[in-house]
Order: sequence, then C-alpha cells, then structure tokens
Amino acid sequence: MSISNYPKEQLLTFYRQMVKVREFELRAINERRAGLIPGFIHSCVGQEATAVGACAALNQDDVITSTHRGHGHLVAKGGEPRYMMAELAARQTGYCGGKGGSLHMTDFELGILGANGIVAGGIPMAVGAALAFQMRGEQRVALSFFGDGAVNEGAFHEAANLAGLWKLPMIFFCENNLYGEGTPQDKQAPVKDLSIRAAGYAFPGVIVDGNDVTAVYEATQEAVARARAGEGPTFIEGKTYRYRGHYEGDPMVYRSPEELEAWQERDPIAAFRQRLLEHKFASESEITAVESEIQSLLDEAVEFAAQSPQPTRESALDGVYGDTHEGRVF
Amino acid sequence: MRELTYKDALNEALFQVMKADERVFCIGEDIGVYGGAFGVTAGLIEEFGEERVVDTPISEAGIAGACVGSAVTGMRPVGEIQFMDFVTISMEQLVLQAAKIRFMFGGKATVPMVLRMPGGSGTGAAAQHSESLENWFVHVPGLKVVMPSSPYDAKGLLLAAIEDDNPVIFIEHKLLYKTKGHVPEEMYTVPLSDTKVVREGRDITVVATSIMVNRALEAAEQLAAEGIEVEIIDPRTLNPLDEEPIIRSVIKTGRALIVHEAVKTGGYGGELVSRIMESEAFDYLDAPIRRLAGLDIPIPYNRTLEYHTVPQIESIVSEVKRIVRGEV
Repeated sequence: MSISNYPKEQLLTFYRQMVKVREFELRAINERRAGLIPGFIHSCVGQEATAVGACAALNQDDVITSTHRGHGHLVAKGGEPRYMMAELAARQTGYCGGKGGSLHMTDFELGILGANGIVAGGIPMAVGAALAFQMRGEQRVALSFFGDGAVNEGAFHEAANLAGLWKLPMIFFCENNLYGEGTPQDKQAPVKDLSIRAAGYAFPGVIVDGNDVTAVYEATQEAVARARAGEGPTFIEGKTYRYRGHYEGDPMVYRSPEELEAWQERDPIAAFRQRLLEHKFASESEITAVESEIQSLLDEAVEFAAQSPQPTRESALDGVYGDTHEGRVF
Repeated sequence: MRELTYKDALNEALFQVMKADERVFCIGEDIGVYGGAFGVTAGLIEEFGEERVVDTPISEAGIAGACVGSAVTGMRPVGEIQFMDFVTISMEQLVLQAAKIRFMFGGKATVPMVLRMPGGSGTGAAAQHSESLENWFVHVPGLKVVMPSSPYDAKGLLLAAIEDDNPVIFIEHKLLYKTKGHVPEEMYTVPLSDTKVVREGRDITVVATSIMVNRALEAAEQLAAEGIEVEIIDPRTLNPLDEEPIIRSVIKTGRALIVHEAVKTGGYGGELVSRIMESEAFDYLDAPIRRLAGLDIPIPYNRTLEYHTVPQIESIVSEVKRIVRGEV
C-alpha cells in the first residue's frame, strides 16, 4: 500500500513510536554508563520498525510475547517510559517493582506476557494464549516476537507444530537481525530465509523489509486478518539489523564497521522521516515537535526513575506464591 | 462407605471440576479417545469434547507452554505428562517461566495451572519410564509440589491444586492407580501444605511420601505385632511444606526415619532431616535421623533388581527396628 493511503495521524504515530523506542534505548545506554541502571541491557537500536509496525496492527486486547531485546516491544504495545526507566533502575516504582529488570520488564495489563531472558521461551506461551482465545471463541490473537537465534531452538519447532496443527490465531514474528548473540546467522542455520521453516508446519512464511514500518504493519495486518478469520498462524520474517552489540559492552568483534554503516544508511527512522517530508505528510516543524515531545517525555522518565525509592528488603519475599484461589467453584 | 480407585478418584475430580468450571481443560498426549496412558482421563472426551480434552502431539515443551500461556490468559489448564520422566523436556517452561512469572513481573500475573504426571518404579519399565524427580521441582521457588498417597487425597488434592492460583506439579504414582479407598462423591478439597498424621504411634516417626506411605503403613502393622508403635506422617504437599506436624511428632517419639522412592543423594529426605535438626526437636532426639531411599542408580529393568532399588515393606521394618533398638 502506498504511504499516501495512510491517514496523516497514523503516520505521525508510527514516527513518534519509533523515535520513542530509539530515544528510550539511547537514554538507557547513557544512564547505564552514568550508573542509574545497574544491570545489563540488550538494546534494539536499529530495530524500531519491527516492534512499532507489528504492534500497530494489533488491538489492545491482543497479546504479545517478547524477548531479551524487548524494550521496543513494550513501548510499542503502550508501555510508559517512566515505569520502564524505573524498572531498569531497579526501583520500587518500576513495572516489576525492581525485581524484573530489562529481561523481564513487562506490564501484563498491556497484554505483554513478559519480556524473556530465554531464547524462544515466549513462543510456547504464545501458543497457550492463542489456544485460550480459540477455545473461548474470542477474536484475539497472540503475536510472538523472537530473533533469528530462536528458530534453532526446539521450543520454536514444538510451538510451530502445535500452532499449525490447530490453526491457532498466532503470529510468529522473527526479527532477523542476522546475528544470534555473537555468531552470524549463516553459522547457525543452513537456510538464509528463516521464514521457509513455516512450510514444514503448513502455514505461510513471508519476508518483509524489517526497516520499513509500513511494510511491517501491512504484513502483520494481513497475518492478523488470517488469524482472526480462523485460518491459522503466519510466520513473518522482518529483515533488520541491530546497531549496538548483543548487550551493552559487547566488543562486536564478529562483524565489520562497513556492514554496520551499510545498514545505517537504511535507517528505519531517518528513511521514514524523509518519506514523511517528501510526501508532505508533515512539515519539518511538526516532526521536530514530535522529537522534542519525546525528549521531554524521556527527561521526565529519567527524573522519575532517579527520584524513585529502592524496593524494601522485605519486598524480595513477596510474590513467589500467591494465596488466592480464583479457581474456587464450590 | 463408597470406595474408588486412586485412578477413578482423579478421573471423578476432573469430571466434576470440568462440569463446574468451563475455564478448566485437560491437555496432553493420548488423553482423549485413548483415555490417557494410565486411564486417568478416560471418558472425558465423550463428555466434554475435543476442545476441552486436547490431544497433543508428543511435545512436552509444547504442552507445558500451552499450559503456561493459557493460564496467564484466563484458563485453568490441567496438563498431563505421560510419564514423569518426560517432564525433563518441559523443564524450561516450568522452571524458568511458570515458576517465576508472578515474582519477576512484580506480583501482577498468576499462573493457575496443574501439571499431572505419574512417577515411580515397579512396573518393569526401566530407567526412562520410572523416575521420581519430585525434588527437582521442590528446589524451584514458585512451584508447588503435591504427591497424593491415597484415593481420598488424590481427589481432594487435585481439586485444591486446580483451584489454586499457583503452578502445581501434581505427582501420581503408577502403582497407586489401582489401589482402593474411601472417596466421597461430592467435590471436596484437601488443602495444599497440610501435612497429615496418617497413623499415630509413640516409638518412632516415619515421614513417607507417595507410595511409601502405604508401605510404611503395612510395615507399621508388622512392627506393632512386635510392640513397636510407629507414627506415620505424609507431607502430601512437599513444597511449600507444612513442617509443624513433623516437628511435633519427632518431639513426641524422639526418633525419625524418612522414606522415599527417589534416589537418596539430593533427595527430599535431606531437606526433611535438616528441618528437624534445625528445629526444637533436635533436643528430643534419641537416635540419629535416618533416610531410607532409592539407591543412587537408575532404575534397572530386571524385576528383582528393580525391587531392591527402592524401599519395600521389609526394608522399612528392618530399618525401624535398627533405629528403635539403638543399632545405628
């Protein structure tokens, strides 16, 4: 679909969300260096279009599972930077009360069944959510984000088989950034296009430019429509690239600066900004206004995190078990 | 008094709770028309259909994941792992996801799932179909671990596990499925974390789990004929443990023997011994606390070898005598 068919407000929302993801990550990197954030983080700088485009095609009550590189998914599904930054800073006010951190930061109420420290760990859970929706006859879908490394895990294959077998309302969204941790994809899998693996489970696999937010949005929309119509899952492979290392501090000896530069020339945010201007969807001043709005939001988020209290030592004991019995039926 | 087998008690519990709560469904391998490898889900598919009695491929990580994901989105799944041994393939979803979701997401999510699985030896099924892995799960905060030893407890504990909002590992025993006992027809729960004194006695406390409770009861009858009165305690829920009845009993008897089928090294017995030693019962001990457990070997195929790998009635009798007579 041509960009000219989109309402202006929607395009500006794409832009705002992508900038929010990027700037959140850059702030997090800075605040980690500055000492506010005590733990390690995996940044998704460069991969903003997959998170934003895919989540934009979902309804509020659809669910996602996320990954170790999950900050962008949380922002894109509606997460608030102040509670995210507070969680990264391990504060009481963070999304998980300071007990989750980057790898587990989530808000269940936004339909995010967790960021996940385990590669492919969220995929079998998304199958369960999709199964629940199907059983109850609901029109909801479950979208599972994972990276190129995850499709070599057994959990992916078990999940794909179940989803294909039962025609579950599920989307397998592979953010293929070409590296599983520090090893290139061609040393991890004998196929270049990972989406062809969907064929073995009898559902379509599509490739999309993961740096093009409208292309991602449209591919996801189509997959969502299939899922809601009872036609089963879709595997979407968004080809993209991470600018930073696997984790902050990664020496990145496994790839060349030239490769990074080539991808940066296809930057998802800069390219989209250019398209907005070229098609006169927004003026330079409108775009700058969005950018400064995000800067203020993040200033506030960092301030909120820095001013928030540490969790009490006693709170470490909370939440291992709950004493509720919602299943009581007699 | 109405009697049912352990298997039929479980089946009745599933039947009743699925009637009462449409959020509850069963999922596992061969649980539909086949009725489950041990028949626990027999007849459910005829009553509730394949939407609520979900046959899966042989896919244990998938089963566990489907339970976790559906539980966090409003269902109350009861998964079945065909043999406890195969749960090793589900471990990531159970240990790293289900157990930790409530905690690591700041207490906001609940995972109301039950995963049933038959453990134990005694069927000539050899090393990969006879495991007793309960302590793997006891070692994971966030999971509850339940092991019923009687038909009454099987039904009541399963219903309690299903209504609980935490992930529960529910370990049945293959040799118990055909045992009979009193089971009320109505729905009832046996509370989780409620240790039971199964038999009262003054001379020694025997803490036993699962089928070892039954073997200890038979041993106690033989020992009673020789004037030794054994108190038998069944924790029923291994974690979180209600330890107080155990401590109280050891204070009364001054002696303790732990009996379980799982291998001794790293087994639940070590935990129970420590709980007793760390309590005020220490001052009342008249003898070292002993453990009678599985030998530290895989379960052998040969029936004689298998028999002697795990505690039996006669080994319990002789171990109790040695302790009571001060021979250890």
